[in-house]
Amino acid sequence: MTGTLPAIGCTNTPVLKERGQREVFCGLTGIIWLHRKMQDAFFLVVGSRTCAHLLQSAAGVMIFAEPRFGTAILEEKDLAGLVDAQVELDREVARLLSRRPDIRQLFLVGSCPSEVIKLDLHRAAERMSAAHAPHVRVLNYSGSGIETTFTQGEDACLAAMVPALAQSDARELLIVGALPDVVEDQALALLAAMGISNVRCLPARRSADAPQIGENTVFALVQPFLGDTHAALLRRGARHIPAAFPFGAEGTTLWLQAIATEFGVPQALFDAVIAAPRARAEKAIAAARQTLEAKSIFFFPDSQLEIPLARFLTRECGMIAIEVGTPFLHRDLLAPELELLAEGPVISEGQDVDKQLTRARAARADLTVCGLGLANPLEAEGMATKWAIELVFTPVHFYEQAGDLAALFARPLRRRALLAPLAPRMEAAE
Amino acid sequence: MKLTLWTYEGPPHVGAMRVATGMKGLHYVLHAPQGDTYADLLFTMIERRDHRPPVTYTTFQARDLGGDTATLFKTACQDAVTRFAPEALIVGASCTAELIQDDPAGLAESMNLGIPVIPLDLPSYQRKEGFGTDETFLQIVRHLAKPVARTAQITANLIGPTALGFRHRDDIVEVTRLLADMGIAVNVCAPMGARPSDIARLGAAQFNVLMYPEHAESAARWLETNFKQPYTKSVPIGVGATHDFLAEVAAITGLPCKSDTSRLRLPWWTCSVDSTYLTGKRVFIFGDGTHVAAAARIARDEMGFEVAGLGCFNREMARPIRALAKEYGVEALITDDYLEVEAAIAALHPEMILGTQMERHIGKRLGIPCAVISAPVHVQDFPARYSPQMGWEGANVIFDTWVHPLVMGLEEHLLHMFRDDFEFHDEAGASHHGGKHVARPVGAEAAAAAAIEVGSMPAEIAFPAQDTQPETATESNVIWLSDAENELRKIPFFVRGKARRNTEKYAEGKGLTRISIETLYEAKAHYAR
Repeated sequence: MTGTLPAIGCTNTPVLKERGQREVFCGLTGIIWLHRKMQDAFFLVVGSRTCAHLLQSAAGVMIFAEPRFGTAILEEKDLAGLVDAQVELDREVARLLSRRPDIRQLFLVGSCPSEVIKLDLHRAAERMSAAHAPHVRVLNYSGSGIETTFTQGEDACLAAMVPALAQSDARELLIVGALPDVVEDQALALLAAMGISNVRCLPARRSADAPQIGENTVFALVQPFLGDTHAALLRRGARHIPAAFPFGAEGTTLWLQAIATEFGVPQALFDAVIAAPRARAEKAIAAARQTLEAKSIFFFPDSQLEIPLARFLTRECGMIAIEVGTPFLHRDLLAPELELLAEGPVISEGQDVDKQLTRARAARADLTVCGLGLANPLEAEGMATKWAIELVFTPVHFYEQAGDLAALFARPLRRRALLAPLAPRMEAAE
Repeated sequence: MKLTLWTYEGPPHVGAMRVATGMKGLHYVLHAPQGDTYADLLFTMIERRDHRPPVTYTTFQARDLGGDTATLFKTACQDAVTRFAPEALIVGASCTAELIQDDPAGLAESMNLGIPVIPLDLPSYQRKEGFGTDETFLQIVRHLAKPVARTAQITANLIGPTALGFRHRDDIVEVTRLLADMGIAVNVCAPMGARPSDIARLGAAQFNVLMYPEHAESAARWLETNFKQPYTKSVPIGVGATHDFLAEVAAITGLPCKSDTSRLRLPWWTCSVDSTYLTGKRVFIFGDGTHVAAAARIARDEMGFEVAGLGCFNREMARPIRALAKEYGVEALITDDYLEVEAAIAALHPEMILGTQMERHIGKRLGIPCAVISAPVHVQDFPARYSPQMGWEGANVIFDTWVHPLVMGLEEHLLHMFRDDFEFHDEAGASHHGGKHVARPVGAEAAAAAAIEVGSMPAEIAFPAQDTQPETATESNVIWLSDAENELRKIPFFVRGKARRNTEKYAEGKGLTRISIETLYEAKAHYAR
């Protein structure tokens, strides 16, 4: 069935656009996984105490190896113009870099307050790059809540890296999106087995391995939320290989197939390379499918992964999507996904959380995918939930993780079944 | 501008959320960008609340900034009142909204919403979470409390407990029991559990029990001035402090001081012989001022520890904590920079830390056991079981909590005696703690001894570091000879750091540049207690 289109997909489904209270993280949250991916990078948020508090709360547990992120907290005197914020920032950065000589890339990350007071971090980054070259490169992007939602922070970060990449005319494949190293290695191994070995990754694990780029670069996205990075790469002359995203056996196959076609890999070789891992993925998914088959699912907007995940869960796990909410719908990047997703679910963009909660309560889906702020309250109302944040903190891409991805959704349902005898008493306590 | 890696306190609007979430029938409209909604998860995840906090965020975006964010705020207020039908509304701004100066107070007041609207002025760039709770509760009391007749029976208000507080849920129960023993009923408990209509009748009580000065001292003072209600100054955490609290309540009410202490076990547990090993354990105490003050007294007077250092993260309590430190003969550490706390702990090398979740991590890094005594909270600080800090049961809970991280009684002696046993060696840790049992690897010494015995290897190679060769240079420029270093390794890990430090101090005092086995044992005798 891989790639077989439904009679009517969601390409032309009218989108329910909502504006109201949005129960989502801001783009700063991406720092939690980006700082682990880029091992010689430090992320310095220029913001408020709220930003610092968000980072340590969103991390859920404190990552107490001294974190490679921190917040330069703006104080009254910075805002009142009593001190020059740029001078203050230079001082804090110099102190940080002297304490952490292992840092080779520094990201100045804009926040809501720094954007509102129009603190020019781009100028600051250029000045600091000059001051600390060649040892440290300083870049800037905004993870502010007024401009970015959750995973858009990674997009903003990668997009900021693109103009700084060296020029190259080599024909290379660039894989774009932060993946756990083990998953990235799996993808590289599959591509190498097909004879595609001139592959680079953005972001690279260490700054010395940063990819080069030019008109002969072709790139594939592993995450659906990388719209600005996509645009920045096109501006550098690179060419995008459009494909479904590598979630599930089908998504992984379609993604690899698009690359294989681009590089002229013989079909027989392609089939031989993917046969075993694909069979393993299908077997693992089948186990979770027993739990998920014919169950309904409702997505609150969170990570922008919602549409590819709905495609995976409906097509490979037999689930029925009721509403698929996404903070932002990038139609171009998601075109291959929308045509695979059979018509039926409401596709919503943006959020008015109270209205959406009313819809979710009316639907009472078997599983509701939502943020951490909503999960326990909905559980207390008797609805099974899946925390969306786990989907970006867990290795879920490509064949070997396809079963894990399905299991993430199956686990709340299995748990609910196990604890069923307790449930009535829990509701009585309400 | 100040670089911060981890914070002890959130911004002041999170303090306001703690008050609003603790109460019922109150709604908070917060002018804030999207992203600030992360604060909901503090309550739904850490505290496992089964309802969303009663907060509406305006979640403005960049495109709204050029337009009309004021209208956005008014719409949010109207929608919140319609949807949630609260008895009163609190309104304010988070850090970003403070910069755009929309005046939420003026906007909300102009709307004639038909319910009391309480504006909050919480300066985000100057103050923190503790100020936010205290100021929010003060404003709620000022706006809603009305002069009312006193209750016929003697009653008290419990003030200070909030959502996301360290054991507030259970402290309320325990303090209510203490008061009940004296025949005093609770009039209102606030913010936790109170409705705006309950705040209106705060004045009916004869006095206020100020449970947490961090969160309600301003309100207690206001009620004292305006309603002539005295408030208690003792916080009943620990046996001595609970006795003081009861005496204070007796003095305020004129009632005889009586309490059922049959469930209090700390005094016997601490006097029983198994606890002898607690004597003189050096502890470092850090947290919020109230809990630190209580912990210091318990540590010294009820556990027999030695307070090696103490401090607090909330500057509002700097003065009393400095005074307290003086009384204990130590220097107070007042800081919200965890790196400074870590440095202080590393320098003092205590045998135990009584701290927050931050210090628990510091302890993990430094290999020092830690018990948690204060916010900031973690999901672990909301146990399913009844687990107060206050009153008699609180004292019992504290005894258990503080003893748990330590290697206990006879086990400590056994580890001294059999420290070379391959299974029961000190690095295996306390036997009642989890973790995989690690058999000690055959060490260099054993291998060397074996090698010498069988003569298969020249002794110099197998065991090269002889006492003529300096092995370890320390920060203090005193050199440990290798035989002394080996002897030091035979001392169990939980006292090894102290032995090393004491020996170096002793050597420096004597003007020695090298530490031999003799120096080690001379120092041991010197510091014997």
